[in-house]
Amino acid sequence: MNEKYIARSQKVAWRLLDGEMIVMSAFNSTLFNLNTVATRIWQAADGHTPLSKIVRGLICEEFDVDPEVAYRDAEVFVNELASHGILTLSEQPVPSSGDKPWA
Amino acid sequence: MERLNHKALRLGVPLSVHLDVTYRCNERCEHCYLEHDDLGEMTAPEIRSLLGQLEQSGVFFLTISGGEPLVRRDCFEILEFARSLGFNVKLKTNAILIKEQEARKLRSLGIEQVQISVYSDRSEVHDAITKVPGSLLRTVAAIRFLRGQGLKVVVANVLMKSNFQDSTGVRALAAELGAQFTLDPTITPMLDGGRSPLRFRIAAKEVKSIFRDPNLVGDVEAFCAPPPPVDDEMQEGFPCSAGHTACYISPYGDVYPCVQFPLPCGSVRKETFLNIWRNSSQLREVRSIRGKDLPTCSSCAHLGTCTRCPGLAFMEGNMRGPSSADCEKSFLRTGIFTAGMLARGANSHSVDAHSLVQIEGSQPQAIVAV
Repeated sequence: MNEKYIARSQKVAWRLLDGEMIVMSAFNSTLFNLNTVATRIWQAADGHTPLSKIVRGLICEEFDVDPEVAYRDAEVFVNELASHGILTLSEQPVPSSGDKPWA
Repeated sequence: MERLNHKALRLGVPLSVHLDVTYRCNERCEHCYLEHDDLGEMTAPEIRSLLGQLEQSGVFFLTISGGEPLVRRDCFEILEFARSLGFNVKLKTNAILIKEQEARKLRSLGIEQVQISVYSDRSEVHDAITKVPGSLLRTVAAIRFLRGQGLKVVVANVLMKSNFQDSTGVRALAAELGAQFTLDPTITPMLDGGRSPLRFRIAAKEVKSIFRDPNLVGDVEAFCAPPPPVDDEMQEGFPCSAGHTACYISPYGDVYPCVQFPLPCGSVRKETFLNIWRNSSQLREVRSIRGKDLPTCSSCAHLGTCTRCPGLAFMEGNMRGPSSADCEKSFLRTGIFTAGMLARGANSHSVDAHSLVQIEGSQPQAIVAV
């Protein structure tokens, strides 16, 4: 399995509101409300941590879910956000702005 | 979006802030409600500190405006810092300082929307309003640069006596430029209460014609229908987001419920934004007002559909009172007198066309044509 690396787009707005991330694309003004798990993946999308590590190290530990199921769900999630230009998806580590959207 | 607004309301989060970074301007629009002298606007470090506080307070939608915001040499730094904090940024500008390089920069920053005032598709009309020769040509050129970068541009067409006839032309121009179009007959008093801009307002018959133009309001019959019976939900409702999930901050750091509601609530130069937002007695008072608390309007048939602006009511002397402008809008829309008009002894022969005002942003669905 090839590793996947995810990075937050520079062209989105975000805010953490009551534990859930709001993300809006500047391209088409689509608004996304991320649930708690999706919020953690979004926060961890630094461009150089593999998705598998994010799922294994964060999601499975924090939410006590089966790793295979969690990874499949995470793939669906990141593919969808990538299709909207919210995340960048790559098989290689990608540069990141270094920002902390959960601050 | 509705869910987000409800959540912000429940949490007491100021979801939207309108920040004017300067009142200075390179145009002198005849209807403008601002004085353009710099009386000590916030410095860049002050604005950076404020933006950090807004981020911490949960603000998501940030409108940067003025005056003309781009007359500040550090405007792009402010925009860049705001974007680095994750705000959804909308820029309101006359755009005459935007060339290709500036458009490219705005694109790279991820600015969500640029709203630009265009008064007419004819230079002699537009430039006469802005008092800057060549301003329409420069503004249109800027829109082309912005659209060339793929930025979303909204052309705002403020209607006055002098340009009322040109809205069709402006709409066609916006379409040609690939921009959205909004029509706004809102002319407000000066922030200090001066009423001189009001002489530019369009007359009643013109407001009425807008209300009956399906290109502007959609289903005219539905738009002009009599109001539904007032129910408990309407009595418990509040008029708008001002002070509830939104507020306005002046270039001098003064916080108000809305740009159109000049009730000072505190200064970020003296205390934190969050302290003002949570504890200002003025904001608490604004938030406390429900439909049932309005001495005149609570008994009005239009209570549930009126766009009553508490800021305009405040400028008329009582934030709990009727806004005569909105009373008259409701009347022109439906032909049914409002409680405010009846209280003033109005009858069908005494509606003052010159006091007819605004169709403000609280009716965007009705008056926005995209």
